[in-house]
Amino acid sequence: MKYESQKIAYAYFAVAMALFAIQVIGGLLAGLIYVFPNFLSELLPFNIVRMLHTNSLIVWLILGFFGAAYFLIPEESEREIHSTKLAYLQLIILVVGTLGVVVTYVFNLFEGNWLLGKEGREFLEQPKWVKAGIVVAALIFLYNVSMTVLKGKKTAITNILLLGLWGLALLFLFAFYNPGNLALDKQYWWYVVHLWVEGVWELIMASILAYLMLKLTGVDREIVEKWLYVIVAAALFSGILGTGHHYYWIGTPAYWQWIGSIFSSLEVIPFFAMMAFAFVMVWKGRRDHPNKAALLWSLGCATLAFFGAGVWGFLHTLHGVNYYTHGTQITAAHGHLAFYGAYVCLNLAIFSYAMPILKNRDPYNQVLNMGSFWLMTSGMVFMTFVLTFGGTVQTHMQRVVGDYFMDVQDQIAIFYWMRLGSGVVVVLGALLFIYSIWVPRKEVIESGAAETPAE
Amino acid sequence: MSDTSLIDELPGELLMWVLIISELLVFGAGMIAFMGVRLTDPAGFAEAQAHLHRTGAAFNTAVLVTSGYLAAQALHWRQAARRGAARLALIGAALLGVVFLIIKGTEYADKAAQGISFETHPFFLFYYLLTGFHAAHVLAGVGILLLVSWRDDARNIEAGAQFWHMVDLVWIMLFPVIYLLG
Repeated sequence: MKYESQKIAYAYFAVAMALFAIQVIGGLLAGLIYVFPNFLSELLPFNIVRMLHTNSLIVWLILGFFGAAYFLIPEESEREIHSTKLAYLQLIILVVGTLGVVVTYVFNLFEGNWLLGKEGREFLEQPKWVKAGIVVAALIFLYNVSMTVLKGKKTAITNILLLGLWGLALLFLFAFYNPGNLALDKQYWWYVVHLWVEGVWELIMASILAYLMLKLTGVDREIVEKWLYVIVAAALFSGILGTGHHYYWIGTPAYWQWIGSIFSSLEVIPFFAMMAFAFVMVWKGRRDHPNKAALLWSLGCATLAFFGAGVWGFLHTLHGVNYYTHGTQITAAHGHLAFYGAYVCLNLAIFSYAMPILKNRDPYNQVLNMGSFWLMTSGMVFMTFVLTFGGTVQTHMQRVVGDYFMDVQDQIAIFYWMRLGSGVVVVLGALLFIYSIWVPRKEVIESGAAETPAE
Repeated sequence: MSDTSLIDELPGELLMWVLIISELLVFGAGMIAFMGVRLTDPAGFAEAQAHLHRTGAAFNTAVLVTSGYLAAQALHWRQAARRGAARLALIGAALLGVVFLIIKGTEYADKAAQGISFETHPFFLFYYLLTGFHAAHVLAGVGILLLVSWRDDARNIEAGAQFWHMVDLVWIMLFPVIYLLG
């Protein structure tokens, strides 16, 4: 650790990992409810479990991004973070807000209250005071990191990272608009979520991957930056109008079917480029970095993002296909592998890289951590296949033959059982990851012969 | 490694090439989709196509190609240190872009007066999408040409001309596919 303020990342990563545990356990509960529909139905209805599963995912990923920014910006701009205090204040606001959402939601407190109660939405559902808190925290964050970068050295990595983080914060403002018209509600919701995960988050992903590649492979910064710009251009070009693939059937004009189909088909390109980038860098790299776990997660991230977001996304993005598959388990298959590959693996990669440094245990090669990669990844890939097959059967029975929804659900129960099994494996992998980060003090190191000094 | 050297041999801005390839993919996919849907209703597409102004579009083709020629000349002149001539050529190219937009605008106005919208027939859905996206690029291109006539570094002019030729090329593909194909 070259800069004292990089330590901020430690707290962010810790909270992110706690929420990660909650998220996967929430997923396990939801998987159980699929096969035992009345399980916990009074205490924690399915919609709340699902909300916990998806929202805790988003929140921990964002906390991971914040932590990553606090970790890599000092090294890139070669100076300490502008204000350490503000960074911790930001984290406290976010944690209080997150707990506020969970408590309000689970116990349905302050029903009907404009400021404190639920808004009654399916998504973007936080009490208004939490939304305001998120904005305050985001402003603190943007001020803090922008001041650091402005006063320090500017690199392509920090420029793109800041662009992504500014976009993330500004797009969240659409969450304040809550139109009575459900079609409009959905339209604006996608302005937040789609333009996040298929827009500005890709910039964050590309810049963090670029940072990791720079550190782990020792390739020249100039080459990394060239790739970075091309990836970012391709991501924004395809991703922004790619929003149209959510507008096929929600009451928006028909031209979105073609705009969405054409542009979102091109969204494969930046993910392919990121995969190519990661492998080419490793192939060309001169450095044999001892942190093999971080490298494994980085390559896993690029590869699984290409398959989960790119291939599985393309699978049902053309409107002629989506007419049949919309909202079936095909969507769930894509959602799981895309989020896991692109953003979960990315976060776990930067955790794996940064935590040994933050805990002064560097260098060590984290064999347990690598075990957790294979456990989690095989669980998630199996889940994706299971849901894809289940979704194919469901699409045929429900959308082609025209059978009733619940009859079809009974028919595909076997897939839900296998999904639950793969979910157990993922949870075990996630817990092993957390254990491997926090507990073991010593692991055998076999440092490579051709080690070159860090950049 | 040969990949960096190959990229280094590219004339002009790398990112402009990325943009050009992306644009060609989008317009190409749009035209393929248009042709695909056309197969399902050849008679309806022919009937709808009869409402278009072929002469105006042909004239517009000449306008854009001339404009592209001026943009290309501007780069040569700038490289020959004839800054004034290069600037005039770029402004001329931009003005021809405006002429294109005016003619296109009257065509849209005429369609609107006839009550034709993108919902009238699939032909018009593609007509508005493809020519509308293209017109938006012409508008952006006019802005870029004026920008590089002001900031007239040869590299800038090259990038601007690259973009403008792409706009040109897309129109040359759109014109026969949408207006002429019988």
